Amino acid sequence: MRVAIARYGAGNVRSVELAFRRLGAEISDDLEGADIAVLPGVGSARSAMAGLGAAADVLRERHAAGRPILGICLGLQLALDESEEDGGVAGLGIVPGRAVRLQAERVPRIGWATVEPGGEAYWFAHSYEAETDATVATSEGHAAIVEHGPFVGVQFHPEKSGAAGARFLARVLESSGLDRSFQTEGRARPVPPGGGAASGA
Amino acid sequence: MPLPRLIPCLDVAGGRVVKGVNFRGLRDVGDPVELGAAYSDGGADELVFLDISATIAASASAVGMAARVAEHVTIPFTFGGGIRSVADATALLEAGADKISVNSAALARPELIEELARTLGSQAVVVAIDTEGGRVRSHAATRDAARDTLEWARECEGRGAGELLVTSIDRDGTQEGYDLAQLAALRDAVSLPVIASGGAGNAAHVAAALEVSQAALLASILHEDPARLVSLRDELRDLGVPLRDAA
Repeated sequence: MRVAIARYGAGNVRSVELAFRRLGAEISDDLEGADIAVLPGVGSARSAMAGLGAAADVLRERHAAGRPILGICLGLQLALDESEEDGGVAGLGIVPGRAVRLQAERVPRIGWATVEPGGEAYWFAHSYEAETDATVATSEGHAAIVEHGPFVGVQFHPEKSGAAGARFLARVLESSGLDRSFQTEGRARPVPPGGGAASGA
Repeated sequence: MPLPRLIPCLDVAGGRVVKGVNFRGLRDVGDPVELGAAYSDGGADELVFLDISATIAASASAVGMAARVAEHVTIPFTFGGGIRSVADATALLEAGADKISVNSAALARPELIEELARTLGSQAVVVAIDTEGGRVRSHAATRDAARDTLEWARECEGRGAGELLVTSIDRDGTQEGYDLAQLAALRDAVSLPVIASGGAGNAAHVAAALEVSQAALLASILHEDPARLVSLRDELRDLGVPLRDAA
């Protein structure tokens, strides 16, 4: 399984790469041809979009062709139409919706929190959240997992979520290697944190 | 709110975990990667590595250590000590650290907090505050920073800090319990997550701190022994603290 990580100056690229290597994946520079493309993300929306450059079109084309993409944290938010961060930033527009300032008791929202359905805890660190109909799992009322066609986005950091995070990434790898027919349904099957549909499919 | 966090703190110097009193007579107590991984296996929610030798800019050895930790530890970790610039911090994050912590450098030049937050995002920027009698101390708590603790906490939040790591110098090393009054005042002063530090002697102290703060830093209470973390977690669960299931 070949995994390509979009490199645009996001801080967590190495952690994401290490997490996939631990699962036996091969890391590739071929964002277009890899089995799965990963859009990592730590930092601000504006500098991330500027840094993406030509990779933005590659990701849009992958999505249109039904080829798997995983967005992590800011990577999920970048896939949306827009973000209200930095006074408003246009996103990739591959998932309908927008990133809005997080409404929570403490912001940034940092720490381990349970994701439903599934009931597993993952590590979050964010000040913005996705507002989208493509949300398939939530954490304390905030979008935690978003799916739209071949795109899966997670607000948490599976690469830093210990054993639970590794299990999640293993399921992403497994489902991206499956028959891609499910992706033509317009909305992919959820990858529930507790296992189930994707790993059993 | 996310679950309360337990964060073992490892003091490091020259690439090793060390233990010492008032920075004198440092004793080597292990390898940061091995001890960090053992704490992770023992149920730690995050780790903090504090380079107590780093009075100069974050060295290549600190970046190398962060890189080795990231290879073997799959929970988040913060690196602090000697970070003076966005370049220092970026190197540590690119190596695999999730957050950096600044203290004296931010007191000397508060704009550093804004620069770090703008580049790395607030969630990666921890400001460590050493406090004694409600006043801030700097340079490993050896100097009076001439600032009120609550005012400095609010200023850090305004400048874009993502988290505050607050050590009570009054309580540090006493094992008499965290400074709960100070932590409650901080909870009301800012809306950032606060990591409580200084004074933990038993599980009840940690449970009390987690009532008013979002995380507890664990240092001498663990005696550099990951098995102690496991038993402490059990005791905290018995006290009704909703810790995550780390399996």
